[in-house]
Amino acid sequence: MKAVVKVTLRKGVLDPQGKAIESALHSLGFAEVGDVRQGKFIEIDVPDGTSKDRLKEMCQKLLTNPVTEDFEIVA
Amino acid sequence: MKSAIILFPGTNREKDMEMALTHVTGRAPDIVWHKESTLPECDLMVLPGGFSYGDYLRCGAMAAHSPIMKEVIARAQKGVRLLAVCNGFQMLVETGLVPGALLHNRSVKFICKQVHLRVENTTTDFTNAFSRHQVIQVPVAHGEGNYFIDANGLKALEDNDQIAFRYCDATGAITEAANPNGAVANIAGVFNTTKTIMGMMPHPENAVVPHVNGHQGTALFQSLVEALG
Repeated sequence: MKAVVKVTLRKGVLDPQGKAIESALHSLGFAEVGDVRQGKFIEIDVPDGTSKDRLKEMCQKLLTNPVTEDFEIVA
Repeated sequence: MKSAIILFPGTNREKDMEMALTHVTGRAPDIVWHKESTLPECDLMVLPGGFSYGDYLRCGAMAAHSPIMKEVIARAQKGVRLLAVCNGFQMLVETGLVPGALLHNRSVKFICKQVHLRVENTTTDFTNAFSRHQVIQVPVAHGEGNYFIDANGLKALEDNDQIAFRYCDATGAITEAANPNGAVANIAGVFNTTKTIMGMMPHPENAVVPHVNGHQGTALFQSLVEALG
């Protein structure tokens, strides 16, 4: 199976890349654009039936930094 | 003082650190490849600057899990002194040995320039040769040096005197304009609670001879010699 992990910066952590994207979209004429936050999307091949706990452990040990990032196992 | 520099794939400042340590301490450090599982006996371990693993995933994240790091972390926990500079500091926060994290610079630009630092704590093995609130000039070269810590964490750092250096102007004033990367409270370097580990973004190893960037980083290495022999 393919596990999918979404990693985002925690609320309240400044996202300079998101801000740069936001201003680039504005300068391209997308005036309606509000706040932009950038994250990561990680696909992992694992054996069928791999538990959420096992994936959570991967997130906690390597895939995310708990000081600045949140994660969501979306599939 | 016997020292060892850990070399990772993508590290590029190990020679600078080697030259600085040799120049100031009179003794060449060992350079240890990250795949080793044993580390020579030493008084000081150094995580140098560069772009370990091409900054994949998060800067410092992969290197923090390299084979040699088990031994580095174990020794650091026993009190062997650990100096971590730039990418080394990024690895250090990933190990959790010091609190906080390093985010993209506020400007999203790579910054390579001279900055001023104010020495905040001169009672440690890393800083005893400085005078309190001394202002020094050293270079920075990083894209992700924006030190982040939450309000409680910042209070703990301040209460325990764990802030080593803050970005300041030439007069020593801690101002927003003197903050190159957006770091919380202008923090450029921190200690662990027992002050046996120090991580910093600027490069003191690139400021040890007058004809290259000045020599105001020298006192950091002199401090270590003073403390560790």
